[in-house]
Amino acid sequence: MAMSQTRVAPKRGDEHDVEYAVSVRDVSKNYGDVEALKDLSLDFPRGQLTSILGPSGCGKTTLLKIIAGLLSPTSGEVEVNGKAVTGPGPDRAFVFQDFALLPWASVIRNVAFGLELRGVARSERESIAQKYIQNVGLGGFENSFPHELSGGMRQRVGLARALSVDAQVLLMDEPFSAVDEQTRRKFQEDLLSLVQQESRTFIFVTHSIEEAVYVSDQIAILLPRPSRVSEIIKPTGIRNKGTDDIRRDPEYLDIVDRIWASLRSYVE
Amino acid sequence: MRNRPLFLKLLSAVIVFGAWEIAGRIPVSYAFPTFLESMSALAALTLDGTIFTAYAETLKPLVVGIIISAVLGIGIGLWTGLSSKFDWLFSPIFVVMQAAPLAALIPLLIMVYGIGLTSKVLVVCIMAMPVIVLNTSGAVRNTPYTLKEMGRAFLGTERDIMLKIVIPAASPIIFAGLRLGVSAGFIGAILSELKITPTGVGDIITYSRSIADYPSMYAAIFSIIVLAVLFLNLLEKIERLLFGGNIRGYVSD
Repeated sequence: MAMSQTRVAPKRGDEHDVEYAVSVRDVSKNYGDVEALKDLSLDFPRGQLTSILGPSGCGKTTLLKIIAGLLSPTSGEVEVNGKAVTGPGPDRAFVFQDFALLPWASVIRNVAFGLELRGVARSERESIAQKYIQNVGLGGFENSFPHELSGGMRQRVGLARALSVDAQVLLMDEPFSAVDEQTRRKFQEDLLSLVQQESRTFIFVTHSIEEAVYVSDQIAILLPRPSRVSEIIKPTGIRNKGTDDIRRDPEYLDIVDRIWASLRSYVE
Repeated sequence: MRNRPLFLKLLSAVIVFGAWEIAGRIPVSYAFPTFLESMSALAALTLDGTIFTAYAETLKPLVVGIIISAVLGIGIGLWTGLSSKFDWLFSPIFVVMQAAPLAALIPLLIMVYGIGLTSKVLVVCIMAMPVIVLNTSGAVRNTPYTLKEMGRAFLGTERDIMLKIVIPAASPIIFAGLRLGVSAGFIGAILSELKITPTGVGDIITYSRSIADYPSMYAAIFSIIVLAVLFLNLLEKIERLLFGGNIRGYVSD
């Protein structure tokens, strides 16, 4: 079994540092008296997909929003490409759990909205948006409105919007949790090929163990109250298998079982 | 399929007008003319031009009042919706304005502003503005949080988020407020002509009643309702033009 497992020990100034697109160092976040995150450190390898997995209420989304710059940590810091995060930046794009599409805007305007906010001229942003609409398989729906699309198609719009701003880091907050099971499987397969095509870093929050093992290069397991990284699993052996073979690979099944064994005591 | 709404509209018109005609023929009251009598009175008023001169008079306070109410109302509504301080300062005024028995306050307005256009415009505004302000501020306050967060995540400035997210997201409820406000403004315009000085359509209503020409009185009332409906349809067209995708509601519904 080619499975490596390491305790998290971020090495500052280490030669491997450049390989990390995002580094989270000793981040704590308190909401009043509640400690949501405590001294959490985690590195995200460049060009790979890292999942953040844990039981509900373990601060996964809080961590992702801190990386996005939408929330500021109580202490600690986040670095993206070596630069400290102080707020949202052009190097990161966000995919929302509930899609966050503008209901009054057509698909193409929604996809181009990130570029519109950056002041890109209309013809230019629409040609970029057009390209990513094709990429996510929504060709022909440019002028549809979100309410005319299925849940899965809406999230494809959200994904195209995040891709079109050309950020190196894609932050995905349980992007498939609001779509049905079959769409979800298709999404997971598409995500695998997307990670291969696009040389970007994906940070993916999920509560589904199977999903995490299926799509990730690296899985960070968060345990709650207060949240910390309990272990990091790299399912390297199954990464080069075809999309159809992963789910019946013994290594895939083993990892899923092991993660469940370590999480089960935290699930009420 | 496309003609079905039109068919239903015509059908409901036929039912309502038919009931009116029958009620007039029974008659329900000596003072209640039939539909056909009212329509021929309307035709007569239209042919001799009375109705046009009347509307030239009535539309002045109505249009001015509605424009002031819409612009000022949406402006104050946005302001109170975004700042709790201004909400604290202004909202009670509009709640009181909405609840006040306007007819009873008209003598007060006349004492201060006289019997001219100013008083009439004020009556229209008092009728139309509160619902526009209260709807706008409520709508702005309830902008879906993730939409604003999305705006920030994609580097929108405060101004971008305001103009491209908050206002469009609030637009269905702002427009609902406008529709209610405009209807109330029509009532205000007629009320002011009945209570302040009889001019325009209010004059036709008062005069026809005084000489027991009930068909003409109902013709005038009917015409103002038709005008209000046409105006509301126009408002709906404007809304659809500006925010097409909103008509079917939110994605998250």
